[in-house]
Amino acid sequence: MSDMNPALETFSQEVDELLTAMEEALLGLEGAPDDADCINSIFRAMHTIKGSSGLFGFDDVVAFTHEAETVLDRVRNGERLIDAELISVLLACKDHTAQLIQHVLFNEGEPLPEALQQQNQALIVRLTGAPAAGGMPSTQEEKADHFEVDPNTSNSSDNWVISLAFKKDALRNGMDPLSFIRYLQTLGKIIEVIITMPALPRIEDMVPEDCYLNFKIAFNSSADKKTIEDVFEFAEDDCDIHILPPNSRQEHYVQLLANLPEDQVKRLGEMLVEIGALTEKEVANTLHEQREDDDAEAKPLGERLVEKNILQQPVIEQALKKQEAVKQKINKESNYIRVDAAKLGYLINLVGELVISGAAMRLMVDKHGLSDVDDVASTMSHLVEDIRDTALQLRMVQIGETFTRFQRVVHDVSKELGKQIQLQITGGESELDKTVVEKINDPLTHLVRNSLDHGIESPEVRVRAGKPEKGTIQLNAYHDSGRIVIQISDDGKGLDPERIVAKAIAKGLIKPDQVLSKSEIYSLIFEPGLSTKEEASNLSGRGVGMDVVKRNIEALRGSVSVDSELGQGTSVTIHLPLTLAIIDGFMVEAQQERYIIPLSMVEECVEMNSDEWQIDDVQHYVNLRGQVLPYLRLGDFFHNNKKHTRTQRESLVVVRFGEAKAGFVVDELHGENQTVIKPLGKLFENLDGIGGATVLGSGDVALILDVQGLIHHAKKRANPALALLSGV
Amino acid sequence: MTAKAKKNDGTVQLAIKDDMTIYNAESLKETLLGYFHPGTRELQLDLSAVTEIDSAGLQLLLLLKAEAQKRGFTLRLLRHSEAVIEVFELLKLGMYFGDPIVIPANWKKS
Repeated sequence: MSDMNPALETFSQEVDELLTAMEEALLGLEGAPDDADCINSIFRAMHTIKGSSGLFGFDDVVAFTHEAETVLDRVRNGERLIDAELISVLLACKDHTAQLIQHVLFNEGEPLPEALQQQNQALIVRLTGAPAAGGMPSTQEEKADHFEVDPNTSNSSDNWVISLAFKKDALRNGMDPLSFIRYLQTLGKIIEVIITMPALPRIEDMVPEDCYLNFKIAFNSSADKKTIEDVFEFAEDDCDIHILPPNSRQEHYVQLLANLPEDQVKRLGEMLVEIGALTEKEVANTLHEQREDDDAEAKPLGERLVEKNILQQPVIEQALKKQEAVKQKINKESNYIRVDAAKLGYLINLVGELVISGAAMRLMVDKHGLSDVDDVASTMSHLVEDIRDTALQLRMVQIGETFTRFQRVVHDVSKELGKQIQLQITGGESELDKTVVEKINDPLTHLVRNSLDHGIESPEVRVRAGKPEKGTIQLNAYHDSGRIVIQISDDGKGLDPERIVAKAIAKGLIKPDQVLSKSEIYSLIFEPGLSTKEEASNLSGRGVGMDVVKRNIEALRGSVSVDSELGQGTSVTIHLPLTLAIIDGFMVEAQQERYIIPLSMVEECVEMNSDEWQIDDVQHYVNLRGQVLPYLRLGDFFHNNKKHTRTQRESLVVVRFGEAKAGFVVDELHGENQTVIKPLGKLFENLDGIGGATVLGSGDVALILDVQGLIHHAKKRANPALALLSGV
Repeated sequence: MTAKAKKNDGTVQLAIKDDMTIYNAESLKETLLGYFHPGTRELQLDLSAVTEIDSAGLQLLLLLKAEAQKRGFTLRLLRHSEAVIEVFELLKLGMYFGDPIVIPANWKKS
C-alpha cells in the first residue's frame, strides 16, 4: 500500500496491466481462435509475470505461471489447439494469478493458504492434464530459463552468476572457453553450469569451427569482482561477459554504499567501482554503449546495468539514494546569499581605494625609513592583496549559464532555417567577472547566429560534401595566463579567402597588389563595410556587423581573431581579461610620465643597448636574439612634439598580445604594482593607445597602456604597408 | 578421424579414434552426419580413444544431443575417456547427457 516499496509498486501495476491485456486477448480468442497476436499477448503476460516474480523471489507465482507458460508455448507452436475449454481454464488462471500476486504482495513470506493451494493444483491439472511436477527442469534450455528467472531464490543465492556469450570467431582466434572455466575453478567452486547455443543453425549449416556456446555459471567464491573479471581478460574481445554478484555480496555492497563518506557528489559509476560492485571496464563499456545509442532518449547508466544483468536492482537503488543524499547535503552546506550587485560594486570600489591608500602608506614608510612600521605595513599590504583577490572573486561567475542560453537559440534558429545543428559546450565552469559576462553576451550571440546562418550548411549540402548531416557548433572557454579564452567554432563551410579579398579590394580596404597572409585576410571580416550584407536574412540583418563585435570586445580590453578552413569550418577566438576592476600592472616611466602595462602581457625586460642588439632606428626594428621585433618609444609616441633628452640608459619592455609581440622603449622600470583601473572620462574614451588610468600612492595619475593598440602602432610604424590594413 | 560403424536394427555404433578438437571438428562433423539416417534409432559413440577434447569437440557432442532429441533417436555415449570425463565434470554435463560414466579405478592417480 502506501508503504510498499516503489519497485513492488511498479511490479504490481505492471502485473495488473498484463493481466488486463491477457483477459482481453482471451476474450478476443473466443471469436478468432487462431489470432496469433492474441496468443502472443497471453503468452507474454504469463512469461513476463513469471520473470518479474522471479526477481522478487515470489516462488509460488513463478511455479504457477511457469506451468501456464509451458502450455501457452505449446499453443503458440501449434502443438495444442485453443478451444473453449482451454480459454476458460486460462481465464481462471488469470484470476488465480491475480490472487496469488495479491497474496504475496500483502502477506510477504507467508505460505499460500490452503484454498489457494488447492486451486493451484486444480488449475494445473486442468491445464496440463497432469499434477504439478515438482521436479527439476530436464532440458538445458528449461534449466536456463529457470536459472534466469530466479537467480535470487533457492540455493543459488550465494553464488556469482557469470554469463559468457562467446562470439562466432572465438575458437578460430585460439580461445578455448573450457580453459577459462578450468582456470575459474582455481578461484572457487563451480556449482552449476548451463550451456546454451541460442544461435545454433540447422545441423547441416553448422560450422564446427564457429563458436555457438553460451555459458551461464553459478560460481561460489570469495574473490572480488575484479579478480573474477580478470580470469576472462584475454577473452574480452571474443566474448560478452556479465558477472552478477551473489546476493550476499549485494547486501555487502549496500552496506559499503551506506558507509561511503558524504563529502562530495560522485557519479554513479565511480561510486560502484569504489565499493567493488563494478569494474572500471564494465562502466566504460556500458557508457560506451550509452553513447552509441544516441537516437532515442538514452537510458541512464543504472537501468542499463540492471538490464544487462551486471548488477542487481537493490544495489543500484542504494547507490542512487546515496548519491541523492550526498547532493542534498552538499546543497545544504553551500548556501548562497543573494547580494545586490550595486553593494558588491561599492565594495570593490572601496577595495580599490584601499589598495591605493595602502600604496600611499607604503610610500610614506619608505620615505621616512621607519623600519619598525615597515613590518606592520607589509603585513597589511599582504592582507589588502588577499582582500582584493577575494573581493574580485565575489564578482566571478561561471560562463556556463551564458553558454547554455544558446542551446535555445540554436534549437530555435536551426528549426527556422531547416538545418540540423547541435551545440556542444565545454569549459562552462570557467569563471570571469560578472560585468564581462554581461557585456560579452551580445557579441557571442552575434557570432553564434553567424555560425548558424552562414557557417553551417543545409543538410543536403552537408551530405553532398561528405559531412554528417548534423552540424556542430562548439562553445568552449578556458583560462590562459590571466585571461579567459572563448572559442566559437563550427564545422560549416568556412570562410572563402578569395571572396573576402575581392570584396575588400572592391571596398577599397586593400590594394589589389597587396600580399596578405591568411590570418590577415580573415581579420578583414572585422572591418566596417565588409559585413556580408548581401546574404542578409532576418538573422544577420540586425545591423550588428562583425566590426561591432570587434569593437565591443575591444572595449572590454579583449581581442578577437578568426581561423577558418574552407569547407571545414570556422573558429572565432575571443581573449578577454578576467576582470575590469583591478589588475596586476607593471609600472614604467618615460619622459617623467608613468605608465602601467598589464603584467600578464609583459614578456621580458632588456636593456636597450645598441652594443648588444642590432637596432634599426629608421625602421624601428630591433633584432632581439635573432627575432625581428618592432618597437615604439613611449616618450616619442605620447609626447610627439616635445623635445626630449635621451639621458640615461633606456630599457626595452617586450610585450605580447596573443601572437603579436612588440617592444616599448622606456626610461625607467618601476616594477609590479596593483593597479585599480579607473575609467577615463567620456572625452578621452577614444584615445589611442590608452586603456584607462590609475591613481598612484603618491596621488599621481598613471596611464594604463592599451597594449594591443600599441603593438599595432609599432607594427604600422615599422611597416607602413600594413597601415592601410589596420584601419585604425 | 576414424570411426567404425556396426549396424543392426537401427543402432549405429561408432568409435571415435581421434581427438575431438577444433583441428578435426569439421571432418568429425561430416562423418557423424553421414550416419544420420531416417532409420537410425540409436547412435552409440565410443569415446574411449578420445585423449583430448576442447570446446569445439564439446560443441559437437552438444549438437548431436540436441539433434537426437529433435529427430527422436537416442544418443548414447559409451566408455568416456578421462579427458571427456574431466570436461563433463567441469561443466556438470553428466546429468544432461544422462549416460552412465564408468570412472576407472586409477582415475586421477596417474
